[in-house]
Amino acid sequence: MEVQKIINKEILEVQNLVKHFPIYTRGIFLKKQVGLIHAVDDISFSIKRGETFGLVGESGCGKTTTARSILYLDQPTSGKINFEGKEIITIFSSKNKEEKQKLRRKIQYVFQNPYASLDPRMTVADIITEPLTIHTSLPKKELYQKLYELLELVGLEPYHAERYPHEFSGGQRQRICIARALAVEPKLLIADEPVASLDVSVRAQILNLLKDLQQKFNTTYLYISHDLSTVRHLCNRVAVMYMGRIVELAETQELFDSPLHPYTKALLSSIPIPDPLAKKSRIILPGEVPSPINPPIGCRFETRCIYKKDQNCIKYPPKLVHIGKGHFVACEKTKKP
Amino acid sequence: MNKELLRIEGLKTYFDTWAGIVKAVDGVDIEVIEGETLGLVGESGSGKSVTALSIMRIVPSPGKIIEGKIIYKEENLLEKSEKALREIRGKEIAYIFQDPSTSLNPVLTIADQLLEVILAHQEISKKEALEKAIELLKLVEIPDPDVKIWNYPHQLSGGMKQRIAIARAIASQPNLLLADEPTTNLDVTIQAQILELMQNLRKRLGMAMILITHDMGVVADIADRITVLYAGRVCESADTKTIFYKAKHPYTQALLTAVPSLALRTDKLKVIPGNIPNLIEPPSGCRFHPRCEYAIEKCTEKIPELIEIEPGHKVACFRALEINLESPLGGAKNN
Ligand SMILES: Nc1ncnc2c1ncn2[C@@H]1O[C@H](COP(=O)(O)OP(=O)(O)O)[C@@H](O)[C@H]1O
Ligand SMILES: Nc1ncnc2c1ncn2[C@@H]1O[C@H](COP(=O)(O)OP(=O)(O)O)[C@@H](O)[C@H]1O
Ligand code: SF4
Ligand SMILES: [Mg+2]
Ligand SMILES: [Mg+2]
Repeated sequence: MEVQKIINKEILEVQNLVKHFPIYTRGIFLKKQVGLIHAVDDISFSIKRGETFGLVGESGCGKTTTARSILYLDQPTSGKINFEGKEIITIFSSKNKEEKQKLRRKIQYVFQNPYASLDPRMTVADIITEPLTIHTSLPKKELYQKLYELLELVGLEPYHAERYPHEFSGGQRQRICIARALAVEPKLLIADEPVASLDVSVRAQILNLLKDLQQKFNTTYLYISHDLSTVRHLCNRVAVMYMGRIVELAETQELFDSPLHPYTKALLSSIPIPDPLAKKSRIILPGEVPSPINPPIGCRFETRCIYKKDQNCIKYPPKLVHIGKGHFVACEKTKKP
Repeated sequence: MNKELLRIEGLKTYFDTWAGIVKAVDGVDIEVIEGETLGLVGESGSGKSVTALSIMRIVPSPGKIIEGKIIYKEENLLEKSEKALREIRGKEIAYIFQDPSTSLNPVLTIADQLLEVILAHQEISKKEALEKAIELLKLVEIPDPDVKIWNYPHQLSGGMKQRIAIARAIASQPNLLLADEPTTNLDVTIQAQILELMQNLRKRLGMAMILITHDMGVVADIADRITVLYAGRVCESADTKTIFYKAKHPYTQALLTAVPSLALRTDKLKVIPGNIPNLIEPPSGCRFHPRCEYAIEKCTEKIPELIEIEPGHKVACFRALEINLESPLGGAKNN
């Protein structure tokens, strides 16, 4: 009974997360704060154990900041993040080294740019085993055994171990990053645009690899992307972000079949479909995303919304409301029960 | 009707580098018909940009056009003097790049940049030119054009900069626009705006366009015909519907099935094994053979020619007629 409860539990719960970046004047002596970038503004979501949760939205909407906040690479301005039942902002900001280590082992990440995220002076063997030497005290023999297992797992050859990152293509480098992240058997893998810099033929290889590995290890994924088609391919549930807020959250199929938020609708309709005979009912949004420094005070999408807006839209930020079947929407005009 | 505007025959553009000769474009044939949008697709490094730069004859050193013909309105551009070419460049054939910052000068206002091209090709007063520039900004749907014209590029968003680059390119009403991944760096909702704008302008001005992209969705949407490049050579060329529904080249097919699609949800994506080949020592025979599931002995030995297998449909594959490729979109809409 107890075990059952733990299995079904949410592995990660983000509550009212806010991250603002102060901006300063570039004076020599006086550093004066002149504004705030509202990168992430009061978002809440939770991820179930073993699922792939997608975070989508256009550049600058706060996806990476959310990931970095969970990893405490950016210190959240406010909010709570529970991981396996413990509030981790408190742990990360404490002096408890041991607990912090444990967390760093359990939450791993893969970033967009496989060129920047690998140390060019380290061999592949060193790169992949580094987290193991930090987090475990495996004897050398077992360390190498593990290394070769990992190489095989991500589709690299044993002889690659002694090579340096520059000798690899983008896709292969991303495989190295994935092997490194998986080395310590994390509970949660955050993948931030892992295929964005790869060519289509190679992209498919990496997406399939991520899928296979998840099935094998039952790792929970937070998959971040601006590309809705890869999100659809990988994710169980998806949250759509716009200007630091979540505007809609639902199961993947539900979101793609019946999007409700006007931004989600426009976003989905903007994706070019690789079928010349597909029916096109494109919603072209007017204008561009406003500045995150002085964002609209009501609904962030109000300046581009295609619905007939009213005072409520302009004055009050709409709440993310549950409208049934795990489908949440933050829009004044779509509050159907 | 269907008058040919541009024909590239056997184009070879090589880069002589310290590591060896990079055969970036190695025998490419392309045709563009007046007023059409030709989609030039392929993965990165397949030679799309070098092909476009070759048409304009602005291949950067150490690149050189080694061989071939580029026939524009019945004249070979490769035989023209640099002076004669300057008349064509910008005026008849214009270019927009992936990164709009490349085509815009950061220290000049938008007004300066537009006046420069307007005055280069037309004999009108500065005042008239300025009016024309504002007209152009309206044409590319820039809000508050009479204010924005005094901005510098860095004051504008990526989407706005690309609009300015388009305005600059169409200032002299070219017959052919080479658009090299014009929306690749933009977000999808902005991409949708820019693609619609480009389509409208193309129709309005009656120009032809070569749209370079790696995104099969984009070409499905706006190309009339498509030419697929792989490792510096053309694999297949046909009208858009044929490419998507009746592709005959294994690489075209692979490109279509490797894309996760919103329309078709498959559990597992079909994968093209291996990596994009090195162009210093490209694979022998068919360049796709090491990754091709249909390859036979002959493919490793001889280079397949681009052959017209039905009117308007050209394929460079020995097995094009014997293998039966099924479109991932299904056969229902075939023919
Ligand atoms: N370290 C930082 N300092 C200041 N602003 C930042 C910083 N990191 C991100 N931002 C800003 O926060 C917003 C969200 O950025 P980001 O999370 O990277 O978006 P995404 O990953 O969705 O593209 C953007 O406006 C970005 O410019
Ligand atoms: N300046 C250069 N020096 C050496 N090689 C180059 C240069 N420019 C392009 N190439 C090579 O030419 C090939 C084709 O490049 P390009 O036309 O830019 O590809 P695409 O636009 O299809 O991505 C690539 O292999 C690239 O490395
Ligand atoms: S020529 Fe041979 S290797 Fe090339 S695509 Fe056709 S079957 Fe494959
Ligand atoms: Mg990001
Ligand atoms: Mg290019």
